[in-house]
Amino acid sequence: MSESLFSKKNMKLIKDPLNDDNPITVQVLGICSALAITVKVETAFVMAISVLFVLIGANVIVSLLRKVIPSRIRIIVQLVIVASLVILVDQVLKAFVYDVSKQLSVFVGLIITNCIIMGRLEAFALGNKPGASFLDAVGNAFGYGIILIVVAFFRELFGSGTLTLPVVGKIEILTSLANNTGYEHNGLMILPPMALITVGIYIWIQRSRNRKLIEENH
Amino acid sequence: MDVNSNKYTIGFSIVMVVIVALLLAFASEGLKPMQNQNIEREKMQNILKSVGIEVTRDEAQDAYNKYITEAIVLNDKGEKIEGNAFKVDVLKEYKSGGQKNFPIFIYESEGNKKYIIPLVGKGLWGPIWGYIALEEDKNTVAGASFDHKGETPGLGAEINQEWFQEPFVGKKIFDESGEYQSIRVIKGGAPEGDKHGVDAISGGTITGNGVTEMLVRTLKTYEPYLKS
Repeated sequence: MSESLFSKKNMKLIKDPLNDDNPITVQVLGICSALAITVKVETAFVMAISVLFVLIGANVIVSLLRKVIPSRIRIIVQLVIVASLVILVDQVLKAFVYDVSKQLSVFVGLIITNCIIMGRLEAFALGNKPGASFLDAVGNAFGYGIILIVVAFFRELFGSGTLTLPVVGKIEILTSLANNTGYEHNGLMILPPMALITVGIYIWIQRSRNRKLIEENH
Repeated sequence: MDVNSNKYTIGFSIVMVVIVALLLAFASEGLKPMQNQNIEREKMQNILKSVGIEVTRDEAQDAYNKYITEAIVLNDKGEKIEGNAFKVDVLKEYKSGGQKNFPIFIYESEGNKKYIIPLVGKGLWGPIWGYIALEEDKNTVAGASFDHKGETPGLGAEINQEWFQEPFVGKKIFDESGEYQSIRVIKGGAPEGDKHGVDAISGGTITGNGVTEMLVRTLKTYEPYLKS
């Protein structure tokens, strides 16, 4: 008997990565790109969309091929699939959202090495059906995207005093405060170390609210 | 069928590679015209930005045709030669020996003439480039625009921001006696009244040095033309 795509078990595949099993804050994967492209909300958003696309594509393709991929070269096969999808994304970004693609520069290419993607392919897609793999991809990409956008929100707001949203464009929020009251933007926020600290604070808050994540004392 | 046999593994790899190669080749060829158009229009935008004209990418073509009345190619003696200035790859010209082509774009609006010189150089992570516009006296800077491929966001990447480019306006490349000085990016801030220096970006020293090097080297090659 086939189970429904939106069964309880399958919904867990989407929900878990958002909190209990978040790829960045719990599994601590894909940290590198989270540090690099979270200076502006817009770039974080486009990066999240790109990862969503690549992860869904790779997960579903690998899952469809899971029975025909020779196990000895499975990592290479996964890499080729991920790399092709990433090149496609890069080409499409260059053609349609040229400015954003310039800002993301090398980081789109580095999606290939994003541990989340290879991790999901190895851990999930190789052993599960395409439907479930699709949901797993959506869940993990959102889990990744949420962290990127939250981190980018705080970094851009306190670092530059603005919020650059997709479509809407740049919104000045703290800049008038800076001009009138002597408030200074915290330049450290736009440097990579603060991304790490912001992610760290996120993990702290998340763990203090979610008892399941607290390791027992030995 | 044994999916782990050598024959199958090799066959699988071959089929996979062929499919992937075809797919990517089609995607690349299909999207190329749009990508090239973006790159060309961006170049027009950058040229116009150096004289203070901000246009969107869609308007770039029209504005370029309207304001840039002449685009000429110079040789290393500053003489005008045949060629399409817009298509000259400046980076290649500096690298190659022998005959050199240096493009210069002339802006004209309401009797106001400005000379726009393309710049190429190296930042910390990759290429940087820009355009510097000179007033009719071929000495005073009318404006500058810079851009980069992948400088550090928030540090070196700031060279494409208004606050870095704005101080170039009014600086001079020759001193009173007509000696070549270029314009330098000065760490710690340019002294007040310095006609040949602008403030550097803190944390972006190497990119700033790249900008200085780019200005010194490029403007030097145009010296014969600018003095004529």
